[in-house]
Amino acid sequence: MKVVVKAENLTKRYDSFTAVNSINFEINEGECFGFLGPNGAGKTTVMKMIYCASPITSGNLFVLGLDVEKKSREIKALIGVAPQENNLDPDFTVLKNLTVYARYFGIEKRVAEKRAMELLEFMQLEEKADVEIPELSGGMKRRLIIARALINDPKILILDEPTTGLDPQARHLIWDKIRELRKFGVTVILTTHYMDEAERLCDRLVIMDQGKIIVEGHPRDLIERHSSKSVLEIIDPSPGVESYLRDSGLIIEKGSDRIYVYADNPQQLLHELNEKFFLQHATIRASTLEDVFLKLTGRGLRD
Amino acid sequence: MSLLSNISRRSLMVWRRNKDVFFTTWKTNFLPPFFEPILYLVAMGLGFGILIGKVEYEGLFVEYAMFLAPGLVAISSMYSAFFECTYGSYVRMHYQKTFDAIIATPLSIEDVIAGEMLWGATKSFLNSTIVLGVVVIAGLAWFPGMLFVPFIGFLSGLMFASIAMIFTALVPNIDSFNYPFFLLITPMFLFSGTFFPLNVLPEWGQWMAEILPLTHSTRLIRDLSYNLFSWVDVISLLYIVLLTAITFVTAIALMRKRLIK
Ligand SMILES: Nc1ncnc2c1ncn2[C@@H]1O[C@H](COP(=O)(O)OP(=O)(O)OP(=O)(O)O)[C@@H](O)[C@H]1O
Ligand SMILES: [Mg+2]
Repeated sequence: MKVVVKAENLTKRYDSFTAVNSINFEINEGECFGFLGPNGAGKTTVMKMIYCASPITSGNLFVLGLDVEKKSREIKALIGVAPQENNLDPDFTVLKNLTVYARYFGIEKRVAEKRAMELLEFMQLEEKADVEIPELSGGMKRRLIIARALINDPKILILDEPTTGLDPQARHLIWDKIRELRKFGVTVILTTHYMDEAERLCDRLVIMDQGKIIVEGHPRDLIERHSSKSVLEIIDPSPGVESYLRDSGLIIEKGSDRIYVYADNPQQLLHELNEKFFLQHATIRASTLEDVFLKLTGRGLRD
Repeated sequence: MSLLSNISRRSLMVWRRNKDVFFTTWKTNFLPPFFEPILYLVAMGLGFGILIGKVEYEGLFVEYAMFLAPGLVAISSMYSAFFECTYGSYVRMHYQKTFDAIIATPLSIEDVIAGEMLWGATKSFLNSTIVLGVVVIAGLAWFPGMLFVPFIGFLSGLMFASIAMIFTALVPNIDSFNYPFFLLITPMFLFSGTFFPLNVLPEWGQWMAEILPLTHSTRLIRDLSYNLFSWVDVISLLYIVLLTAITFVTAIALMRKRLIK
C-alpha cells in the first residue's frame, strides 16, 4: 500500500504552547483516516500542517512524498481542503465561488465552469448556482465548501468537521458523497466529534488528546481492545447499588445520573441486581467508539 | 530574499478576484470619484478662487482652480489605495477569511498580499484617472504632460497601498484605522501642497512637508499637468520608488508574521 501522508515526530508549538506533541502516523492511499479528540486536542493544527497553512515546528511531514517545508505549492495543488471555519467568498455567488477558486489553481475558465456545474450537481446544489452566499443555510454552505475542495480533482481530501451542526439528512448526504469519492480512489482525511460518523466512515483513526495520539486503529478493533463487548447503564441508581458494584470489582464509571458497567456479558449481572435492589431503569447496549473515546480521554470538559 | 521569491504570477489571481468584485458593482464604484472632484472644483476652485485670485507656483501664475486640480488627482490616488488596503483588506482578511481560503490553494501568503497591494494601486490608477478626466475636461491640465499622470497615480497608489498594508498587519481591530487616518492621512491631505503652495509655510514647515509622501505625488502630478520639469521632480520620483520598495517588502513581512502561525 502506498503511504500518502507520513508524519515523524511531528510537533507544533505556538510560542511556548505545544499544540501537537511529537506524533507519528501514516495514511495510506485510498483510505478514510480519522482524527478524533476533545476540543483543543490539536486536530485542526495537524490538518493545517498537512495543507501547508501552518509551518511545522519540528519533525517531518511528507504529503504525497513531498516535504511540506519545501514543496508547499505542489502539495496544495494536489489536495482539497474543507476547513473547520466557513470561508466561502461572500462577495460572489455560489457558482462564482467555485470558478474563482478554480482560477487559484490555474484551471482554465471553460474547464472550471464545466467542473463547477458538475460539482454543484454532485453536492445537490445546482439550483443554488446563482444564489449569494449569505442566503445559504448552514448545510448548504458545508456542501459548497466540500464542492469547492473538489474543484482541482484532489488526490487527498481534507475534511475538518464536515458535518458539525448539520441535520441528519445533510449528514447522510455528506457521508454518501464521501463513500462515493473513495470509490474513485480519493484519500479522505477527516476530523469529527461524532463517534458514529467516525465508526461509519473511517478505515482507521487516531484519538488525540493534548497534542498526543493516544490510540490508533480500526474503529471495531479499538472497541474490542479498549472496551467491553457491552455496557450496562443503570439510571438513578440507589447508593446500595453503587457500593455493591464497587465491591464486586467490576469496571464501572459514574455519570451525573447513571452508572456505566463495562462487562462482556451483563445479562447475568442485571438479573442479580434486579433481585437484590429496586432498579428504576437499566439498559444493556453494545459498546461504541464513544465509550472508548470517553474512557481514554475522560469525561471532564476541555477548553 | 525568500519573501520576494515567494511572490509569483499567481498573485494576479488575487488581483483578478478583487477586480471581479469591483466590476460587479461598478456603477456605484465609479460615480463618487467622478462627482467628488467636480464638487471640490466648483466649491473651492470657483468659490475660493474669487477670493484668492492667482496663485504663484514655480514662477507660474495660475488660477486657484488650476492650482487645486492636480492636488485633487493626487488626493484621489492616496485615498483610493489607502482605503482599499486598510478597511478593504482587513475585512477580507479578518471577517471574510478570504486570505485563509486562498492560501489553501497553490498561492502563497506573499502572493495574496502582493495581489492586494497591486489591486489597491489599480484602484488609485482608476480613480485618479477619472479625476484627471474631469480636470482635463475643465481645461485645468495640459498636453502632453498630463498623459503621464495616470502612471504616477498608479505608482503613488502602490506606495499608499503598501503603507496601508503595514497598518493592516499591525492594528488590533478595525476601529484602530482611525489613528493612521487621523494622524497621517488627514495631515497629508491638507499639508502636501494640495490646497496651497508650500512656500507660504515657514521654512521648518516646508521641510516637514517634504517628509510627507503625498507632497511628492502632488508635485509630480502638478508638474506633469503644467508641463514643468526640474531636478526636484527626479528626487520626488526617487522618493516614491524608494519608499514604495521599502514599505512593500515590510508590509509583506509583517502580514506574513500576522497570518502564518
Ligand atoms: N493560532 C494559534 N495561536 C495559539 N494557539 C493556538 C492557535 N491555534 C490553535 N491554538 C491552540 O492549539 C490547541 C489545538 O487547537 P486545534 O484547533 O488544533 O484543536 P482541535 O483539536 O481542532 O479542537 P476543536 O475540536 O475544538 O476544533 C488549542 O489549545 C488551541 O488553543
Ligand atoms: Mg478543530
